[in-house]
Amino acid sequence: MSEAIETHEHDVVIIGAGGAGLRAAISAAQPGVRVAVLCKSLLGKAHTVMAEGGAAAALGNLDAADSWRTHFYDTVRSAHFINNYRTAEIFAKEAPDRIIELEGWGALFDRTPDGKIMQRPFGAHTFRRLAHVGDHTGLELIRTLQYRAIQSEVEFFQEFTSTRLLLDGDRVAGVMGYYRETGRFALFRARAVVLATGGWGRLYQVTSNSWESTGDGAAMAFMAGAELGDMEMVQFHPTGMVWPPGVRGILVTEGVRGEGGVLLNSEGERFMLRYDPERQELSSRDVVARAIYKEVQAGRGTPHGGAWLDITHKGAAFILRKLPNMYDQYLTLANVDITKTKFEVAPTCHYTMGGVRADPETCATTVKGLYACGEVACGLHGANRLGGNSLSDLLVFGRRAGEAAREWAQGLEAQPGIDAAEVQAEQERVLAPFSVEKGENPYDLHAQLQAVMSTHAGIARDRAGLEAGLAKVEELKERSRKVACGGSRMFNPGWHMCFDVKSMLTLGEAIIRSAMARTESRGAHWRTDYPDETEEMGSVNFVVWRDGDEMKLKTAPVPKMPPELRALFETGRAPGVPAPTGSPSERR
Amino acid sequence: MKDTITLSVFRGDHTGGEERSYDVPVTEGMVVLDAVHYIQQHLAPDLAVRWNCKAARCGSCSAEINGRPRLMCKTRLDVLGEGVIHVRPMKSFPVIRDLVTDVSWNYRVARQIPGFTPAHPAPFVMHQVDVERSQEFRKCIECFLCQNVCHVLRDHDLKSRYVGPRFMIKIAELEMHPMDTVDRIDFTQKDAGVGYCNVTKCCQEVCPEHIHITDNAIIPMKERVADEKYDPVRMLVRAIRGR
Ligand SMILES: Cc1cc2nc3c(=O)[nH]c(=O)nc-3n(C[C@H](O)[C@H](O)[C@H](O)COP(=O)(O)OP(=O)(O)OC[C@H]3O[C@@H](n4cnc5c(N)ncnc54)[C@H](O)[C@@H]3O)c2cc1C
Ligand code: SF4
Ligand code: SF4
Ligand code: FES
Repeated sequence: MSEAIETHEHDVVIIGAGGAGLRAAISAAQPGVRVAVLCKSLLGKAHTVMAEGGAAAALGNLDAADSWRTHFYDTVRSAHFINNYRTAEIFAKEAPDRIIELEGWGALFDRTPDGKIMQRPFGAHTFRRLAHVGDHTGLELIRTLQYRAIQSEVEFFQEFTSTRLLLDGDRVAGVMGYYRETGRFALFRARAVVLATGGWGRLYQVTSNSWESTGDGAAMAFMAGAELGDMEMVQFHPTGMVWPPGVRGILVTEGVRGEGGVLLNSEGERFMLRYDPERQELSSRDVVARAIYKEVQAGRGTPHGGAWLDITHKGAAFILRKLPNMYDQYLTLANVDITKTKFEVAPTCHYTMGGVRADPETCATTVKGLYACGEVACGLHGANRLGGNSLSDLLVFGRRAGEAAREWAQGLEAQPGIDAAEVQAEQERVLAPFSVEKGENPYDLHAQLQAVMSTHAGIARDRAGLEAGLAKVEELKERSRKVACGGSRMFNPGWHMCFDVKSMLTLGEAIIRSAMARTESRGAHWRTDYPDETEEMGSVNFVVWRDGDEMKLKTAPVPKMPPELRALFETGRAPGVPAPTGSPSERR
Repeated sequence: MKDTITLSVFRGDHTGGEERSYDVPVTEGMVVLDAVHYIQQHLAPDLAVRWNCKAARCGSCSAEINGRPRLMCKTRLDVLGEGVIHVRPMKSFPVIRDLVTDVSWNYRVARQIPGFTPAHPAPFVMHQVDVERSQEFRKCIECFLCQNVCHVLRDHDLKSRYVGPRFMIKIAELEMHPMDTVDRIDFTQKDAGVGYCNVTKCCQEVCPEHIHITDNAIIPMKERVADEKYDPVRMLVRAIRGR
């Protein structure tokens, strides 16, 4: 079964070509530094391409009072104070430069009347802050980075699935995987590896995520000994499409509400006025998603179990200019003209706040030479990610990860060693599904895992449900040992799915274990048996790591803010927002 | 609509192949990609297909559906009528397996186009009216359906001479960017081969992003070239348009 394996040697290998991976590649690339990017699909197709609403940065083009402090404040508040303050600080300070840099590389954001980058309001952002291009900002971002990166010496290996990180002692030594087209293996020897593999929304039945979001990177990092944090924090976006069945879960951008859309229940009531009178439809995602869930539970849902979203009052011309893709999406896929009628929406699994624990300055993980940035990393978003904060996260930390990886690689005397036996064993492991007879169908396993996660670890959670869910995941894990596929190694989706399912089972287990441990409700994590936020839980993050074949869980303290940052939260008012006349700073 | 529909899907590789029929139960609002996924899950797990977003945003799922180039995730079964639905890979690119084709030529072409080079570092002051033309071209999702239908590439296989409509809009986008300083006129004529386009507009008809490829990019680029060089097709266009 052993075959001569194609071997490459690089300084920095980046897994992933979404916004984070491409930005990392650009900053890792320098004359004389050998950089490779590996990605599961074609260049420019990564999940980032789907991002709609915009990228958040305190440019202050429309609201001069905005500053990094206000962006920091909004981010930490939405994270419910369990994110890493330093990550959020760096993020808020650097995001404007990263957006302007994109403009310098050819990105064409929508403009303000005086010719600057336009910024749109978005949920729980104090000021108008999202740089955007209509409702296809992710496309703009990925194309700009893609065309910038191909002008450099970076080598791209497209439609290549990485399956394992190789180690030399306690540091990273390379990546193994196979070309999807031919099924042939390749080994990338590397001094440093950057994980930019995105999230794992595919664990849920109703999701806005593309097929790639199976969490391979986080699962590989876990196998290699890295720590995963905040795994219980899974974001459900309040507005996904509901009907017809084939489109269920496809995202309806928050931009619809940002541009003035309102949510109504079956009785025609604008229910968000009840749940959050101040921010209304533009409250944070966890609040709006739960509000819709509760309205449906209370029997005030739409025909297919959601809420109505209505933007008709803005007029057709405005909608066509600001939300062209949304218009097209509903017209072609659902026969609904959103300029004329209200339409149904319901929560959809959207983003994973948890992931590989990464250092704020360098994105270094707990494994030497291994870096993580973008959605696969954890630290910035805590219990709830703000809309628009992911795209700027990719840019800020993609750049930092690429730089740190290059510096680490340059500091090593020699290429780390590779263990031939490990390479051999990995090939056997990956090929095993071809020789299992009467085994498990990977598509069935995936569908069952999605059902378990949606039922037991979805928007609403409780102890009994989580325990039952864990038992079911354990059972699926056992069955996955006998996962099988037929056909040849050439572009065989059934075989590819065998590997995806195993990654997702690991992460599913991590989500449930962490969700069981967090006996409170915070941000996206809603425990019906522990409905309140507690002070005790507010000072810890839950961390899972691998001990032999076992997943272990521990707590880590949430890093404490220095006094000058803590002071920002003491007035109860976002920095830059004037105090209501006559009342001192005590107002809460 | 019927309860089940028959999909006849190309199965094979670069050495050849044939269409095979699969019966698929129909649900409301189903698109062709849903049907292909059903086949993968229940009838042929190794059926090769590219897709990512299932929301017409990534441009991965291009195929020829009943002979017409389309995105599988944006094509509803109920617009295709009652008969058997034929699904084949794009014809202008070599088949890898089943519905997956080798589009790597496009990525090689992309690398040859001189990149954006601004007059000074960002931020720029640019007005909405000035960026709109290039913004239209930047909506391109690189599905390569236009490349697939362009007869210069499809019937004459002149990939070595003409970059095709996708990259004509890329060049136009850079040329019309308010801050760009590079002159790509010579490149457009010699390397990109703009003269091979005889403005049939087939590309523009299939573009899922409704980009006016011929009207807004190729014809203006031909005119820019012609201001400097001679191009017979453009002379014809001018004659037809009467100016
Ligand atoms: C519909 C939608 C709309 C969104 N809108 C917004 C928005 O408006 N604003 C915002 O800030 N955020 C938005 N988000 C979130 C944001 O788009 C994502 O969080 C972000 O794009 C993730 O980028 P990334 O670079 O981390 O990973 P991704 O873009 O997911 O890229 C992952 C890369 O890793 C590769 N990869 C994965 N596994 C492997 C493997 N085993 N081997 C090799 N390669 C692998 C993939 O091929 C891919 O290239 C949206 C998300 C969705 C789904
Ligand atoms: S208009 Fe030109 S580019 Fe478009 S299909 Fe016709 S010949 Fe090809
Ligand atoms: S121009 Fe249109 S048809 Fe051509 S690749 Fe782009 S999106 Fe596809
Ligand atoms: S799957 Fe992305 S365009 Fe069809």
